[in-house]
Amino acid sequence: MCLAIPGKLISISGEEMERTGRVSFGGIIKEVSLALVPEAVEGDYVIVHVGAALSVVDEAEAEETFRYLEEMGELESLSPNPFPRDEDGEAEERA
Amino acid sequence: MKYVDEYRDADAARRYADALAGLVTRPWTIMEICGGQTHAIVKFGVDALLPPTITLVHGPGCPVCVTPVELIDKAVEIAARPEVIFCSYGDMLRVPGTAKDLFAVKADGGDVRIIYSPLDALALARQHPDRQVVFFAVGFETTAPAHALAVARAKTLGVANFSLLVSHVLVPPAIRTLLSAPGNRVDGFLAAGHVCTVMGMNEYEPLAKQFRVPIVVTGFEPLDLLQGITMTVRQLEEGRAEVENQYARSVRAEGNLPARALIAEVFRVVPRKWRGIGEIPESGLGLREEYASFDAEQRFGVAAYTAEESTECISGLILRGERKPLDCPAFGTRCTPEHPLGATMVSSEGACAAYYRYRR
Ligand code: SF4
Repeated sequence: MCLAIPGKLISISGEEMERTGRVSFGGIIKEVSLALVPEAVEGDYVIVHVGAALSVVDEAEAEETFRYLEEMGELESLSPNPFPRDEDGEAEERA
Repeated sequence: MKYVDEYRDADAARRYADALAGLVTRPWTIMEICGGQTHAIVKFGVDALLPPTITLVHGPGCPVCVTPVELIDKAVEIAARPEVIFCSYGDMLRVPGTAKDLFAVKADGGDVRIIYSPLDALALARQHPDRQVVFFAVGFETTAPAHALAVARAKTLGVANFSLLVSHVLVPPAIRTLLSAPGNRVDGFLAAGHVCTVMGMNEYEPLAKQFRVPIVVTGFEPLDLLQGITMTVRQLEEGRAEVENQYARSVRAEGNLPARALIAEVFRVVPRKWRGIGEIPESGLGLREEYASFDAEQRFGVAAYTAEESTECISGLILRGERKPLDCPAFGTRCTPEHPLGATMVSSEGACAAYYRYRR
């Protein structure tokens, strides 16, 4: 029940505590309260939980998971890897 | 779906797992607090990707699972009244009370409705001024803002036939209790990304310092979890114990300020009993005096109920990370999602239910 999911804000109506928006979750559209995310504008992705948006997804931060992975990859390549991986991710056999 | 699919990329997951394997020199035990994370870990097999020296244990972060049995009894009592429309999130209906669950009340003719949002319950109250609409407000900090919003709006609009049966729990006091237990074997925590989306990260700093544990605020998709685990392991290997934020696309250090202000306006911190764990001081939310007229316990005179559970269920040990579901002799035989003995088998976020669904 604690599930909160990101959806795209497609339209806004009302003000302050009555502010609501239509949010598309992969095509399924729901009306949610925007009372707690006054900064949200149309086109934003918002994280929605039990009918209320809780945050606006930060686009730049959203990339971080992948950047971190790249960095880890670079660190890894500093140490000589005895089993280099080919394109399929399989370990190559080295005699 | 954007911000979902890309975090389920199998190739990236494998690369994370490889990088993680290169980091680990010693065995570590990491607890994920949130039941949503437990569900994702078991569903996507995140634990199976980890090096064998890393053990994931599942924490108490399923609000359905920790709601004490007497609160279910109160819900059952209120829901059975003819004037009441009882609204609840779906997974509460099968949680066993002392004598029966909410499904049984519904089967006996009670007006029990499964509802997605407390705001829908408020709308229902306005449509049915002649009935009493009661909402079973169960949840962690994540869910508190929507509940507070519904009560605040009910007050503004003067909706007198709406009330909440409140069973709100707070995460940091539970972490403190687990870390203070003599049998604690948790080296690091993944904190729940959506709880922190609301509350921010400041409450976790004293815990990380006092108990010298890394706490990494983590999201819910497989890559989020792998990154959160990697960040935790990196801290452990380097001897650090800090609060870090893996889920910065949603979590700001200060949390959601309008949401926190609304929670503080409607709720106050109270002691709360956790099913399987016992009472934890300052670990729950109850309605403030100014909102007491929206408290279903007072309105229906059930505040004094108490009950003890006596079953073979070991969910208390599971919620404390001391056992796993497969250690329970009743698992999958006498206890199934259709006939649960304990709440961890009921909710899809309960560890027993996740193992039953994906690990038999
Ligand atoms: S399998 Fe059932 S009885 Fe055993 S711990 Fe889980 S919920 Fe309790």
